[in-house]
Amino acid sequence: MTAALDVRGLTTRFDTRAGLVTAVNDISFSVEPGRILGLVGESGSGKSVTGFSILGLIDAPGEVAAGEIRVAGTELRGLAPAAMRRMRGSKVAMVFQDPMMTLNPVLRVGDQMAMAVRVHERMSKRAAWARARDALATVGIPAPEERLMAYPHQLSGGMRQRVAIATALLHRPGVIIADEPTTALDVSIQGQILAEIRRLADETGTAIVWITHDLAVVSSLADEICVMYAGRIVERGPAEAVIAAPRHPYTRGLLDSVPSGHAPGQPLPQIPGSTPQLANLPAGCPFRPRCPRATDLCRTTPPARGSDGREVLCHHPLEAA
Amino acid sequence: MTEPLLKIEAVSKRFSRRPALAERLAGRITGRPARDETVHAVTDVTLEVARGEVLGVVGESGCGKSTLGRMVAGIHAPSEGRVTLAGQPVARDRGGHVTKLTPNVQMIHQDPFASLNPRMKVGETIAEGPRQHGLTPPAEIPAMVRALMAQVGLEGAYANRLPHQFSGGQRQRIAIARALAMRPDLLVLDEAVASLDVSIQAQVLNLFLQLRRDLGLTALFISHDLSVVRHVCDRVAIMYLGRLVELAPAEELYAAPKHPYTAALFASVPEIGRGRRAFHPIEGEIPSPLDPPPGCPFHPRCPMAGPRCRTEVPALGPAGPGRAVACHLEHGGTGAEVAA
Amino acid sequence: MSDTTLSEGGPVPVPSAPPAETRATRLRHFWDDYRRAPMAVAALGLVVLMLLLSFGAPLVAPQDPYDMAALDYADAFLRPGETGSGGYVHLLGTDNAGRDMLSAILYGLKTSFVIGLSAGALALALGISVGLTAAYFGSRVEALLMRVVDLQLSMPAILLALVLVAVLGQGVAQIVLALVVAQYAYFARTTHGAATAERRKDYIEAARSTPLPTHRVLLRHLLPNVMPPLIVVATVQVASAIALEATLSFLGVGLPLTEPSLGSLISNGFKYIHTDRTWLSIYPGVALMVTVVAINLVGDQVRTVLDPRNSR
Repeated sequence: MTAALDVRGLTTRFDTRAGLVTAVNDISFSVEPGRILGLVGESGSGKSVTGFSILGLIDAPGEVAAGEIRVAGTELRGLAPAAMRRMRGSKVAMVFQDPMMTLNPVLRVGDQMAMAVRVHERMSKRAAWARARDALATVGIPAPEERLMAYPHQLSGGMRQRVAIATALLHRPGVIIADEPTTALDVSIQGQILAEIRRLADETGTAIVWITHDLAVVSSLADEICVMYAGRIVERGPAEAVIAAPRHPYTRGLLDSVPSGHAPGQPLPQIPGSTPQLANLPAGCPFRPRCPRATDLCRTTPPARGSDGREVLCHHPLEAA
Repeated sequence: MTEPLLKIEAVSKRFSRRPALAERLAGRITGRPARDETVHAVTDVTLEVARGEVLGVVGESGCGKSTLGRMVAGIHAPSEGRVTLAGQPVARDRGGHVTKLTPNVQMIHQDPFASLNPRMKVGETIAEGPRQHGLTPPAEIPAMVRALMAQVGLEGAYANRLPHQFSGGQRQRIAIARALAMRPDLLVLDEAVASLDVSIQAQVLNLFLQLRRDLGLTALFISHDLSVVRHVCDRVAIMYLGRLVELAPAEELYAAPKHPYTAALFASVPEIGRGRRAFHPIEGEIPSPLDPPPGCPFHPRCPMAGPRCRTEVPALGPAGPGRAVACHLEHGGTGAEVAA
Repeated sequence: MSDTTLSEGGPVPVPSAPPAETRATRLRHFWDDYRRAPMAVAALGLVVLMLLLSFGAPLVAPQDPYDMAALDYADAFLRPGETGSGGYVHLLGTDNAGRDMLSAILYGLKTSFVIGLSAGALALALGISVGLTAAYFGSRVEALLMRVVDLQLSMPAILLALVLVAVLGQGVAQIVLALVVAQYAYFARTTHGAATAERRKDYIEAARSTPLPTHRVLLRHLLPNVMPPLIVVATVQVASAIALEATLSFLGVGLPLTEPSLGSLISNGFKYIHTDRTWLSIYPGVALMVTVVAINLVGDQVRTVLDPRNSR
């Protein structure tokens, strides 16, 4: 079975005043159809840059420096801009944290969705509207005909994000990359969207890369988790396994930092220090300065090790429970 | 029982916006006259905070928790009701111009990238309040700044730097130091850890817990994050669409929520370790505070709503020791029972 | 140097923050960004050169054009490159009174700079006061002040300046005053726009809820943060003030020829435009044009550098 999305050795760099910064450093992952991959990390981990790199949305001074990005077997790197535009939207689509990145404020929802349909497929306006209506219904929007006639500002934040997701679904792409799509939403609305996304993956076979900082969301939504730190994937594995028994000290620390499950009022086990600055990374393991298990060995780049679909980038991984 | 430090008495806040001239003209031409818009941000909220207590205020967007916090911090004045600190009003409103009357309430904002003056050295940001109010003799100000920075876990030598040289977590520590410099009786924390990375959030929560132990802080802790509130608060107030719907000691609330909204909110939050599961999100959308529904604000989304809920606003009434709920289910029934 | 944080096991050393950024390094970053446009660097060089030459005119210029005793009618209308009775070459020729044109242009440039810079500075101060007051207090104060500003912006600045000079009379101070009144509205508008955006930010709310007195919130918190766009407007408005002054003098209501500015020199030369004595109007005209264009190029590049969208 071909993976819906297969990324090998992706490396993205930015040329900044502080020097050449590697935002994404040699990462590899793949997602099967109908599966949800949670890409977890804090600010500066490179999780969003990964999403933008896959869609060819990295502009100067940034550059995808190395790697392969295959969507349903088609290599995206090196595609001509026009071919890339055809892929984007029809085979792989993106949902942003702010739905207004996708929505045009001066067009009716129906008009812009129909336009998005007709960019990639020849069909009548009427058929395009029908397709837009179906897409809205797919993401659980009540009374889709009415929503088609609305302007984005007439919709609530949660409704706009659903419209953005529906727009991403118009061409039934094999892969959707969602970058913190529920972060700005209220928890009760987030719950609704997570439920729809799960159903969507199960029913349509769309592969989803869910980029987030929120471990709780990932643990209840994703099939597989990749934890990113300073541009690298430091741990990967099936969601339940990683959450239940993390092997990288960073993943452990991240899970422990969340208050739920700790006695109220007691100090939380915390990771010391700040999230790393990419321009100024230590040699070897980037987590070394904050890591309780660090030794001199960690001044060298840790190898990837693992089995049973799990992998950890660490010299001193925690034992499997 | 001692007199509570903070008293919020039957407070309401409305924001009115008159349409601009151009909008009124456009309305006249299109035949859809533009009307004054009134946002009912907070409606009839009564709360008390005892000295040394941390009260959590929880709710989703449009619930009025931030407006409530800003009234306590003296940035807004209530449209109705009173906010008093140790018996004295916090702010005065003269013709729409609000003047804060006390330095004894200090606020910590959500976004540490916006809450520090980008062109002022952080030491000066910390020092200017106490200097202005004569809390610290001028000669002792540098020492005070160093001591405060140490207290929040920052090197005193960083006092000469500008905010953009600090990370988000460090900035939030600076904002805390600025608030503590005024030696306030009450802190208002408005989503103070919401914009921080998870690992940094834990550090700042620990700092808050430590300061609370050391200084006996009293605080209003506003947040949408249920697990954070549970961790640091003694009592929790749940707000929905401008109204207080439930008030209870934290542990009891989390163990057994009584308001259907509170229960639904808890059920819809994903939690680590519960595994992948079917979600139980609350149906429907949050109504607009421009046009709140009649009766109980939650009735359009409430699975238990009856006829009475659609017409009569439930009052906040006692529901066990130290607890209060605004729900007809607890107080006389929804009217559905009669029909059935 | 290490930072410590609280944790269960006592203080834990963490990596220190990046080294302190001083005013000097910020200036160097600004310059690094600025010099990416060679045209703008050339323009800046030109502006500096003209400032040096004009303010150093008594040392550089071959003649003092204000000194009537030094003028000799025998030297009238010498062509560029001819040698006059003073025994030196008049590089740009002489005018009808025997004035050396190069000297007159340098002295005139100085007058133009003095007027442009002082009018710009005063208009900036007035505009900031009006714009900040309007933005901070809002409601009726804002409506009143900004309507006055809008009214003024709807009128051509030259028209307003002409009327004012006609009322106030001739002289450097009068012209500066007229230019300030004609131009402060641009600063007021820009200040108001920037301050309205800044005022909503949390740090202003934090300052107000400390509470700090209003003047401190305005001067220490709001003002420093609305300066960057004002610097750009100021550059452009200095150029515009120089051009306006030249226009007034050209129209004969500005400065008299005994106190030459670029405008009055052009005006004087214009009388001879239909003869072959074109050097009398062309050289002062070129000096004016180069000055105004160079200042505007500098302003454009400052705008580009200060634009946060272009930062790296």
